[in-house]
Amino acid sequence: MKLAIHRLGFGYPSKAVGRDASLALEAGEVLCLLGPNGSGKTTLFKTILGLLPPQGGTVSLAENDIANWSRRQVAQVMGYVPQAHAAYFPFTVIETVLMGRTAHMNLFASPSKHDLAVAEQALAILGISHLRDVIYTRTSGGERQLALIARALAQEPRILVMDEPTASLDFGNQMLVLDQIRALAKTGIGIILSTHDPDHAFLCANRVAMLHQGTLVRLGSPNETITSESLKLLYGIDVNVLEVGSHAGSSGGAVRVCVPTLGTRQTS
Amino acid sequence: MTKQDRQSASTFTPVGATLIAWFSGVMLVVLFLGSFMVGKFDISLAQLVSVIYAWVSGGSHNLPPVVDTVIFQIRLPRVMAALLVGAALAAAGATYQGMFRNPLVSPDILGVSAGAGLGAVLGIFLSLPVVGVQLLAFVFGLGTVFLVYVISRTVRGHDPLLVLVLAGVVMGALAGACISLLKVLADPYDQLPAITFWLLGSLTAVNLHDVASILPLILLGLVPLYLLRWRMNLMSLGDEEAQALGIDAVKMRIVFICAATLITAAAVSISGIIGWVGLMMPHIARMLVGPSFARLLPVSIMLGGGYLLAVDDLARVMADIEVPLGILTAFLGAPFFLWLLATTRRGWQ
Repeated sequence: MKLAIHRLGFGYPSKAVGRDASLALEAGEVLCLLGPNGSGKTTLFKTILGLLPPQGGTVSLAENDIANWSRRQVAQVMGYVPQAHAAYFPFTVIETVLMGRTAHMNLFASPSKHDLAVAEQALAILGISHLRDVIYTRTSGGERQLALIARALAQEPRILVMDEPTASLDFGNQMLVLDQIRALAKTGIGIILSTHDPDHAFLCANRVAMLHQGTLVRLGSPNETITSESLKLLYGIDVNVLEVGSHAGSSGGAVRVCVPTLGTRQTS
Repeated sequence: MTKQDRQSASTFTPVGATLIAWFSGVMLVVLFLGSFMVGKFDISLAQLVSVIYAWVSGGSHNLPPVVDTVIFQIRLPRVMAALLVGAALAAAGATYQGMFRNPLVSPDILGVSAGAGLGAVLGIFLSLPVVGVQLLAFVFGLGTVFLVYVISRTVRGHDPLLVLVLAGVVMGALAGACISLLKVLADPYDQLPAITFWLLGSLTAVNLHDVASILPLILLGLVPLYLLRWRMNLMSLGDEEAQALGIDAVKMRIVFICAATLITAAAVSISGIIGWVGLMMPHIARMLVGPSFARLLPVSIMLGGGYLLAVDDLARVMADIEVPLGILTAFLGAPFFLWLLATTRRGWQ
């Protein structure tokens, strides 16, 4: 299913954050959104998900404007992985993941055997079946992030929106999550994620969008968009984008990495 | 409980939770029957059994008529009222706690009890019929919870939990001041004693008619809570996540708050302000069976009913005069709240 946003304005009722954002996400594609703190990444995601009303423009799924869709209809198609956070009550991991099934359940229903099977399958896909009965609030940051991804998978979404899924993870867990993102995209899910690390875009993205002060300033393949010049614009630092030799995980053999230079940050 | 340390004692298997639920149910029945035997007039188990047998079979027994009177006229209304009020306050407390994502809130902390109390006192002051008193209790209770919620959302820059609790305290104090004003204005020979005694929180004067009048209201509030039990779990995630998972959080919140407030107001309208039950019982229930509302709600209801039955029994026998229930629950509840405050870290991290 194709997600398209057209000239989307996004922000809060009292404060516009960005405008005229247009992009499209095909099934099985990974789109990585880069942008400095406060550039509006999370606000854009919330508007795409219908959690904030668009301030102009449209969000459409398979060519249908979703402005009048119910929460349930949207949730049956789009899964949201928020940044890992504190939970308020000590639900177990399986209970947390089962909450992802809500959009497929009737108003008065509780999870069925089928829902439980889907949730357990989601745990298995992410390799965290052993956490099934552990209390979510007692898991580590990486485990929580994986549990939240599992919850979104239990929604059986066609589109996955992930807000900084690698934030606050250690190096190993970051790669684990990126691996999962690529594996999920191979199953036909379209994934849009934000990150602060351009190297992650080189590792897992088909396309990159760059958000600067509420405007999409670049959109294209990682190699086209992630350049010294665009990173200077986004982050105000000097960065060398280097190509290093064969890399086991990358399709083309070589992979690019960003090497920033210290002492170049301009406070504009 | 010792063998699963990583998962700890509170990782109850559903089997364990079911056992706890059954155990609470059995305890409740025992307390319910036992409460008929406690009080100034001694009734033995044998007497109780023969009276119940006679009642069920439609036959007669050869006990003095006073036994019948005590059981059916005096104890039955009280026992039913204690059961209903305790269950109602605990159910409302469990709902408010999930709704406000906070294990420290309850009908009394949020000021709902005081607001509903103000409505009921106003009803007594205006000499309204029982239905009118209940309606005013509901309207004022709902108004209070609405104001507390609005205040907690508007006042930014402080710890939200602190603002919520303080807003409840402020609204409770305001309602208390209005109640005092009504007491000053009330007829000192007729209305004032009624208001004062009612405010202490007591089931002494309850009759079967009162019980029958609140039963449908409490059920009316409990039905949506039970039907929407799964969605209640999602409300504890916060509005945006709940919406992203496919539920209309705004509508759900309105339904849940109205239901919980209706239940609270119905209970307050016959019992007066009985504090702390709605805080303690859901909390203990959550420690026993976990936060999932499908288990939390029924266990809270059973614990709440059982707790108030036990406290009411205590009120009957502990002194020569009857100690109002509200005083006892405060003596038990206040230390519990302090203990919670000391041990609960924000957000259950």
